[in-house]
Amino acid sequence: MEVLELARWQFGITTVYHFLMVPLTIGLSLLVAGMQTAWVRTGNERYYKMTKFWGKLLLINFAMGVVTGIVQEFQFGMAWSAYSRFVGDVFGAPLAMEGIVAFFVESTFLGLWIFGWDKLPKKVHLACAWAFSLATIASAYFILAANSWMQHPVGIVMDDGRPRLTSIWAVLTNNTVLAAFPHTIAGAFAVAGAFLVGIAAWHLHRKSEEERVWRSSLKLGTWVGVVAFAALSISGDLQGKLMFEQQPMKMAAAEALCHTEQPAAFSVFAYGDVTRPDCENVKSITVPALLSFLAHNDFSSEVKGIQDLVPMYQEKYGEFYPVDDRLGELSGKPIDYVPALPVTYWGFRLMIGFGAISAGLGVFMLWLTRKNRTPTGWWFPVLGLAGIATPFLANSFGWIFTEMGRQPFVVVPNPSGVDGVWMFTAQAVSNSTVGEILTSLILLTAVYSVLAVVEFYLIRKYVRGGIPGVLPQKSDDGALAFAY
Amino acid sequence: METLWFVLIAVLWLGYLFLEGFDFGVGMLLPVLGRSNEERRVMINTIGPVWDGNEVWLIVAIGATFAAFPGWYAALLSAAYLPLTLFLIALIGRGVAFDYRGKVDNPRWRKAWDVTIVAGSWVATLCVGLLISTTVLGLPIDADGDRVGSAFAAIRFDTVVGALAFAGYALVHGAVFTALKTEGEIRERARRVALVLAPVALLPLVALLAIVAGLWAGVVVLVLGAAMWRLLANRDGQSFALMGLAIAATVVILFGSLYPNVLPSTLNDAWSLTVANTASSPYTLKVMTWVAGFGTPAVLVYQAWTYWVFRKRIGVQHIPAGH
Repeated sequence: MEVLELARWQFGITTVYHFLMVPLTIGLSLLVAGMQTAWVRTGNERYYKMTKFWGKLLLINFAMGVVTGIVQEFQFGMAWSAYSRFVGDVFGAPLAMEGIVAFFVESTFLGLWIFGWDKLPKKVHLACAWAFSLATIASAYFILAANSWMQHPVGIVMDDGRPRLTSIWAVLTNNTVLAAFPHTIAGAFAVAGAFLVGIAAWHLHRKSEEERVWRSSLKLGTWVGVVAFAALSISGDLQGKLMFEQQPMKMAAAEALCHTEQPAAFSVFAYGDVTRPDCENVKSITVPALLSFLAHNDFSSEVKGIQDLVPMYQEKYGEFYPVDDRLGELSGKPIDYVPALPVTYWGFRLMIGFGAISAGLGVFMLWLTRKNRTPTGWWFPVLGLAGIATPFLANSFGWIFTEMGRQPFVVVPNPSGVDGVWMFTAQAVSNSTVGEILTSLILLTAVYSVLAVVEFYLIRKYVRGGIPGVLPQKSDDGALAFAY
Repeated sequence: METLWFVLIAVLWLGYLFLEGFDFGVGMLLPVLGRSNEERRVMINTIGPVWDGNEVWLIVAIGATFAAFPGWYAALLSAAYLPLTLFLIALIGRGVAFDYRGKVDNPRWRKAWDVTIVAGSWVATLCVGLLISTTVLGLPIDADGDRVGSAFAAIRFDTVVGALAFAGYALVHGAVFTALKTEGEIRERARRVALVLAPVALLPLVALLAIVAGLWAGVVVLVLGAAMWRLLANRDGQSFALMGLAIAATVVILFGSLYPNVLPSTLNDAWSLTVANTASSPYTLKVMTWVAGFGTPAVLVYQAWTYWVFRKRIGVQHIPAGH
């Protein structure tokens, strides 16, 4: 194994893992802030209990999101130092802004919220909940702005071989981030919605105490999920159109579209071997002209295929990697401009598929529980709990698709942007030894696996405990009502 | 502008070492000062509301280095790869440990997380000391800013002294903080431990400063001496403030002697990374100055408010039954 491959595996594992916690944190913290608002405004105990229960699960998850996030901040410098040097003038700024403007708020006000239940006036305490939940959203914005710049570099000039920032405003209002942000946030709400639905369905089935808490939670969760799916579809469509323009190879790879078509059909399901860019042996079930519409809002437009894009890429960005020791085996070799097709093709379909299943389940659950009904069959909680996994899977596949789909680039060239601003992933890695990266890869993966088991166990424990498990014990003088 | 950012990054490190310094120390001393589960809970709850906010100072110090001095960020982090891996794992472990320790009422569960807190706090403090002394004392880096030689190049006699320096400081600082924030037997014990440990534990810090800046180390010795004297006189608050002054003086001496370098090359002076050859463009620095100019004072205000909200001393009698 080469350093490059190991470093890519490490980045993939740590980032996908981190992004299991993040959407739940984002979605749930806003919902919890909403529940607490309902309690403060109406005085209804039911909302207090909801806040306490879902807040507890939020905290268990939040801790994991924070600690796995620290790794992200360090690993650009540790494993991708050449990348960090190349893009530092632009890329570091949104990361540092995230820290100063968002993450400080998030961490400080979360501490106040956890420990401040009896120490702060009710409304101040509520304001803390809003402060940290809105800060999680701001965090997401800055991080996505950084990521979007890698997909579509803007706001720069080329200076002495490196991009130099000329407009931070252009980076923060990149059309790529304007589409990616609502898509990601909606994905976070889809996760939180399914989480509420699954757990509430299980409690309803068990006839746990506080039936009304579970019923309200389930209703809230289904509506959140359904609205999130609508937002996901709209923002996803916008993202797709941008991608056809900004990263045509990625979209062709998403479709495994080998030859240019006009009008182009959308492939629903392929059988055969999608790994080969010549598309022999691939049969697929298609919807005529749909891809043309997705790309350009026009059922008769042309969509470029991989085989026509490759020569265009070769002409613009070179046929061979430069001869450079740091590139290892790839030095002087031809550049493969086609991303891993099975990953992009199936990643794209699994993202959409799991997203749709998740939304469908939400609607079905809403119908099942209409007029305070609760289905008695064992399948009802099973369906709910299994449904929790679907938006998580959709999110992960979406990210895997979009990050694998931009290979071999780490910074994708902007077709209408500044000349020369792109970077191949092979050029981005540090000159670390295999031993170093292998050590951290093994250690981090091991620690993450153990923590996954621990988090799952704790969430299960507190889910089972229901409402009585989360109400505070009385303390005499209230020094700490919600102690560790 | 580069100089301003160099100063700002030093200030961020100062904030980090001062704030997380005591929560590291509390973690390191958990079994020493906390004899029973209740006492350990008292200790963890003194830092409970604030440790996460303290840790953000690190995130921002690293993020600001990336934004303002990408060359420094890339060279230091890639060169110190293995110590940083350990550092991250230690931070992950102790972070979840604080949160998860009390979530299951079982002595073995608590024990496992206590061990994680203690080990994580020790390892993290040692690593952060190693990182800071490495950037001050230098590394064998070539003209491209890449490390030459072994993956263990960052581990040498002088950087190990540096690692011990910050661990020793955190030990005493944590004990003083515990004395300040608790009452009853645990407070007495914390004071005693701080006073007994100080002469030994603070020695590496003095040694590091002597290596870097010779006689200037005397300034810090005086301040540390004053901190212990105030602790002896039962003035925990003044002692804690003086411990803060000591770390401030330490950061000023270390970063002051480093400037205008940011990471010296031990192979060739011409290859040293400096504020000038690693800095971002003036425009980026200007943008970041606006962000930091508005953001940092706000952070100071609301973090200070947090400490004020949780200003009361706590003792075992405040800990509710249960875990």
